[in-house]
Amino acid sequence: MPGSSYIKPAGNGAASSSRGHNWGDRLFRWTCLGFSLLILGLVAGLAGELAWNSRLAFRAFGPSFLWTQIWDPVAEHFGARPFIYGTLVTSAIALAIAIPLGLGTAVFLAELAPPRLSETIGFLVELLAAVPSVIYGLVGVFVLVPAVRQTGWTPHGVGLLTAGIILAVMIVPFITTVSREVLLTVPRSQREAALAIGATHWETVWTAILPYARSGIAGSVFLALARALGETMAVTMVVGSRPEIHASLLEPGYTMAAVLANEFTEATGDLYLHSLIGIALVLFGITIVVNGLARLMLLKLGHSR
Amino acid sequence: MRSRILVNRIAFGLTALCALVTVSALFFLLGYIAVHGIGALNWDFFTKLPKPVGETGGGMANAIVGTGKLLLLASAIGIPIGFFGGVYLSEFGHGRLGFWVRYAADVLNGVPSIVMGIFAYVLIVLPMKSFSTLAGGFALGVMMIPIAVRSTEEFLRLVPDSVREAAYALGVRQWKTILFVVIPAAMRGLLTGVLLDLARVAGETAPLLFTALNNRVWSHGWTEPTSSLPVMIYTYAIAPYDDWHRQAWAAALVLMLLVLAVNGGVRLILPKRRIVL
Repeated sequence: MPGSSYIKPAGNGAASSSRGHNWGDRLFRWTCLGFSLLILGLVAGLAGELAWNSRLAFRAFGPSFLWTQIWDPVAEHFGARPFIYGTLVTSAIALAIAIPLGLGTAVFLAELAPPRLSETIGFLVELLAAVPSVIYGLVGVFVLVPAVRQTGWTPHGVGLLTAGIILAVMIVPFITTVSREVLLTVPRSQREAALAIGATHWETVWTAILPYARSGIAGSVFLALARALGETMAVTMVVGSRPEIHASLLEPGYTMAAVLANEFTEATGDLYLHSLIGIALVLFGITIVVNGLARLMLLKLGHSR
Repeated sequence: MRSRILVNRIAFGLTALCALVTVSALFFLLGYIAVHGIGALNWDFFTKLPKPVGETGGGMANAIVGTGKLLLLASAIGIPIGFFGGVYLSEFGHGRLGFWVRYAADVLNGVPSIVMGIFAYVLIVLPMKSFSTLAGGFALGVMMIPIAVRSTEEFLRLVPDSVREAAYALGVRQWKTILFVVIPAAMRGLLTGVLLDLARVAGETAPLLFTALNNRVWSHGWTEPTSSLPVMIYTYAIAPYDDWHRQAWAAALVLMLLVLAVNGGVRLILPKRRIVL
């Protein structure tokens, strides 16, 4: 760590005791501290507000709110199961596509591509992460949905699979960018040991480099998963918006983020509003856990992103 | 042996294919937006208000101004908090508190944007009983904090300790050292961090849906609902009118050019730095 923890300004004891009385240093330090505490306060406030404003839902339905299938605003009966199901399924589809694609790209960039090409492609992949979500949604609505309909498998076009495909493109950059960096930190000795016993380049990657980097790669996957779980606009526009659970992935569904986007402004009645905020609380909780796991895995690697 | 070499070739061929697919996804996206956007973009788009439902023509002048106002407000909230938070982490935050602040910034970074919208809704819209620019700007501002914190901390840490020591050796106070030596030395990095941060929230839609809402006329002051480019794209995309679809593509092109300009510009200023994800 290139930190400066052990550096104290103006050397000896006398000077540092006078430093303690310097109003400028103190004021500056307290200002920085104040803003930092504000960040802690915002997170606490966020969690608190979500919990407080969803209390009616949890009081009315108890924990069964999480696995009740019915979502009926007219009868004021609310259960989050279809949304949790949709969120998990779309994210799983996204990962199933994005892991091979993102990891393959990362291996290509770290192992095969010459440095300049690797830099350029790396930049282009990062751009993919900078495209606003609503633009993914727009292209999804006018390109992907008709394309899925054209396959003839389904009359809808919108649905969990379509949402999963869009999500996959959106999260590939997270897997590629982080995995590539992790791959580049694998020590030379690891690679040379494999090459020295006669492994081909690919066998080196497969048996020596990828296993060494697996914790970091898993971290990148969890980062991507956290994005997919919370992604709103693109999914809302192509998921179909029906709180139902079907066996087929081609049927319209719903996700937690999408129901919030669609129904929040229409929520009449306190119980309806509190149920929606309850879903937000669950989503918040899940993403914190997944993000936490990602940080843990990347930290274990001594990789403090 | 021959089969092992074959496996080697095929496997790396597949990784190259992965890279090709990923990059073509980007080019397809950009190309598609460009083709559909350029045809729809005209002077009216920047200068006219939206026409009433059913009439063709009109533009998104109010949405462009709205996005500008939202970003201004977001910067006023997000940048000071993020900046001083980052300074704290880099210069003072080596203890337990530093760990928690860093953790809080990480949590904030992971909060789904729609949840941030709900936070602003219960905190500002409910008490004020009205959707407003203020609420939307607040939501975007909070979203800016984590990246501002992280980029500030990273770029300040890049300033070598010897620079700080040189200032201390001359008897300069710590606060003056940080403000007038360390921060100027990291200025370029700090500015690019802010730009990337702005480009990121400029396209955010979900936090605005029920904070800034939308508005088909001009929004006055800070307490009225306002239109914004991303929300207009969303509204127009899911509406059944062809002319609205056309304008959605134009808005997407404008937004995309903004994002590309910032990311490309940052790349030119700081070729070695990565985009903070």
